[in-house]
Amino acid sequence: MYVVVIGAGEVGTSIAASLASDHEVVVVDVDPDRAEQLKYELDVLTIAGDGTSSEIQSAAEVDRADMVIACTDDDQTNLVACGTAKTLGDGFTIARVKSTDFLRTWEGGEGAFGVDFMVCTDLLTAENIVRVIGLPAAVDVDPFAGGLVQMAEFEIAEGSPVAGQTVSEADRFESLTFVGLFRNGDMIIPRGDTDIAVGDRAVVIGSPESVQSFATDVAPEATPDRADEIVVVGGSEIGYQTARLLEERDFRPRLIEQDADRARWLAENLPDTVVMEHDATDTEFLAREHVDEADIVVTALRSDEKNLLISVLAKRLGVDRVIAVVDSPDYVTVFEEIGIDIAVNPRTVTAEEITRFTYESVAENIAVLENDQAEVLELELTEGCGLVGRPISEIVADSDVRFVIGAITRDHRLVTPRGGTVLQAGDHVILLVESDSVSDIASMA
Amino acid sequence: MSTSIRVGWRASVGLTGDVLAALPVPLAFPLLLAFYYGESPVPFLAAIAVSLALGAAFRSTRDPAEDLGPREAFLAVALIWFLVAAVGAIPFVVAGVGTVAHPVNAMFESMSGLTTTGATVLRDFSVHSRSVMMWRQVIQWLGGLGILILATAVLSEIGVGGAQLMESESQTQDVNKLTPKISRTAQLIWGIYFGLTGLAIAVYFLLGLAVDPQMDLYNAVAHAFTSVATAGFSPEPLSVGAFHPLIQWAVVPFMVIGSTSFVLIYFAINGEPMRLLRNEEFHFYLGAMGTLASIVAVSLFLDPSTGFGAEATVRHAVFNVASIVTTTGYASTDYVLWAPAAKHMLFMGMFVGGMVGSTTCSIKSLRWLVALKSFRRNLYTAIHPESVRPVRISGKSIEEGAIRDIYAYLLLSIVIFFLLAVVIVVDAERAGLRVSEFEALGAAATTFLNIGPAFGDAGPYGTFATFPLSTRAVMVVLMWIGRIEIIPVLVLFTKAFWTS
Repeated sequence: MYVVVIGAGEVGTSIAASLASDHEVVVVDVDPDRAEQLKYELDVLTIAGDGTSSEIQSAAEVDRADMVIACTDDDQTNLVACGTAKTLGDGFTIARVKSTDFLRTWEGGEGAFGVDFMVCTDLLTAENIVRVIGLPAAVDVDPFAGGLVQMAEFEIAEGSPVAGQTVSEADRFESLTFVGLFRNGDMIIPRGDTDIAVGDRAVVIGSPESVQSFATDVAPEATPDRADEIVVVGGSEIGYQTARLLEERDFRPRLIEQDADRARWLAENLPDTVVMEHDATDTEFLAREHVDEADIVVTALRSDEKNLLISVLAKRLGVDRVIAVVDSPDYVTVFEEIGIDIAVNPRTVTAEEITRFTYESVAENIAVLENDQAEVLELELTEGCGLVGRPISEIVADSDVRFVIGAITRDHRLVTPRGGTVLQAGDHVILLVESDSVSDIASMA
Repeated sequence: MSTSIRVGWRASVGLTGDVLAALPVPLAFPLLLAFYYGESPVPFLAAIAVSLALGAAFRSTRDPAEDLGPREAFLAVALIWFLVAAVGAIPFVVAGVGTVAHPVNAMFESMSGLTTTGATVLRDFSVHSRSVMMWRQVIQWLGGLGILILATAVLSEIGVGGAQLMESESQTQDVNKLTPKISRTAQLIWGIYFGLTGLAIAVYFLLGLAVDPQMDLYNAVAHAFTSVATAGFSPEPLSVGAFHPLIQWAVVPFMVIGSTSFVLIYFAINGEPMRLLRNEEFHFYLGAMGTLASIVAVSLFLDPSTGFGAEATVRHAVFNVASIVTTTGYASTDYVLWAPAAKHMLFMGMFVGGMVGSTTCSIKSLRWLVALKSFRRNLYTAIHPESVRPVRISGKSIEEGAIRDIYAYLLLSIVIFFLLAVVIVVDAERAGLRVSEFEALGAAATTFLNIGPAFGDAGPYGTFATFPLSTRAVMVVLMWIGRIEIIPVLVLFTKAFWTS
């Protein structure tokens, strides 16, 4: 592919680095020194200039680009750059934004701003945090279909309620599918009467909520539930989205925000959250509110320094798990070295999401399991391909490839696959397949 | 506390190993020729064995954790140029014929070849096998564009490090990435080089068929290798002077194209000829060549002793000036016999050099152009102290830092050149030889600026074998330093390079 990346900050550089080996990449940055520096770091063509100007975009040959990724630090710049790119060519445009407002606008109108795919940094970071909070027992979690579907892998530990059950007994959830079991390094395609044993690794695919519920079944000790204390510090966009998503997963978080107006707004918009208006660095307040007894503290203030301070305070008070939002990627390791459990960097998260999406649009979204024994793929079905118009049971019977369909999304809604489900063109199918057969399956789509 | 080495030398040495391990490919060409002519293949087999062994040894020291940064690139550039020349000297030593059987002479010949200097220590051309004579030409062709551009084009593992290497190999400008992939860019540049070489072979061969049987396929290939590379070796003792005048005329455009920026040639081929034709450096370079050629032609006309006709006068003036300015070093006649005025014009021409981004050596036109323009600006600001006037080349303003670098480079070159001239004179005196000041200056310029022939005994039809051995050893180092533009070697002698 020919990819033009606009903005050579942390996000743009990281994306360009992942794509440079297999694709032709051109990076545009407004800072000439940065562009010059990048020339020797990455095997890409660099152009110094304003990525929103059509002159610069023409120089970058946007007209022949397969993909244009606008990931500067400024929302409006990214949107304008995508709009400009659409006037010059018909490459797939991806915009990074911070504002969820823009995301809502874009979701509301097909192709708004000339953006084909929008990644909202703050929302993505919040989703990441919630995934980390909700599924500590999972060995591996990957989102598919834009977050509508999750794949998770759990190790069945000694004393887990599902150990000894059959798959049909364990699979009590409407929108969840058991797709694979790994036992002693071998993959088993599970059927209703397959037994689940201690030490197995179970792979499930389904809606995030059902995966969360299943996690509670598998590892009730480790998985947080409503009874767990979760405190979010800082009502930034990331803090707000985190609390909102936690509410959706049936948690009852508390949120601390210093600014009175913002706290009021948050309280109005988060019905199931206890919002407290105070300075979170006040140790006396933390002790009074028993933050030390919290199971999980998330620090999502706008300053890395304050997040660090509060994370350390929380750790000292004896909080089990502290998750910190760290804006500067360089500090991530520092945070983790001084004992903060997880440091989430919005830029890294964004870059990973965009990179994954670019792979997805080229081949398919992929998660690799158990030393590449099996892969989970997301395929978009095209009109007239070998899978469309047939019920799943028939496809499985006809094919000698071992695969399991875990979830289907149709018009951005989740469809739980059953034997009689008939696949349609435009469906996104998330399935688990043995690694040797990936190309066979991909060629059927 | 001991200071530890802060250079990732393993990365440099590993890369050197990669390049050495690839040397059997060019060595295969003279090897096949040796079989074809029924000559001894041993010289080349020996060189292949050494390059494979050294390559493997060097590659085994590699530490994958080390990156190729600017420092490592300098070290790699210096090492690669020196060691490739050393391996290139092996066939001469093993063949054991003539002056180049001596290791220092062999190294001189090989370094002179690789750096596209074209100064030779051979006395008698006829004693050498055809395959060994062809190896001289092949080395020059390899060194023409720079080994590292070649390495970047063919060794995939270099990756983006190639940008750093190409930058270190020529100090003159930033690497122009024509395409997103540096290796692809290098391949395009090499593609042009290849194409031009092929074209030269065809032109020389066809002209040979038409007018001069001496220009057979062997000579066509041999001269194509060293004209586009602006290198200057010739298997003929009389150089290009051995051929029909028409062929001499045909060589001129190839030397000129060879010292034109390959980036601009690429654009010209791809439908943007104006970028080349409107380029100020190109104008300056052609202008300098034209002016010098005119003065030389007038000088030859006024000098009855040369006895050329009108066509020959113009031809010899144009040919030899082009040969010197492009840093090729062919000769169409023995210009040592010319009047001093003509010779001094050629001496001046040695310092010009062709364009940046070509196969040329010497100072290069761009540096002179920038220096002259910035000097003109200094005169203006002497009158208008408040004026802000960027120095522009082809409409693009040059950064002040780059101008300072160019001044520094010019000064450094001149200092080294004079020191070398002094070494040559003193060393000759020590050995009881008579070398005139002008001959010493010429020999210093021609080796350090990678041109080839000088004046006096080291003239186009002479040999460097008359200089003392110690002088030749110094010249080997100077050719090496000159070709990679001084800096990569000089930094190796700073403490900061190794420890800070």
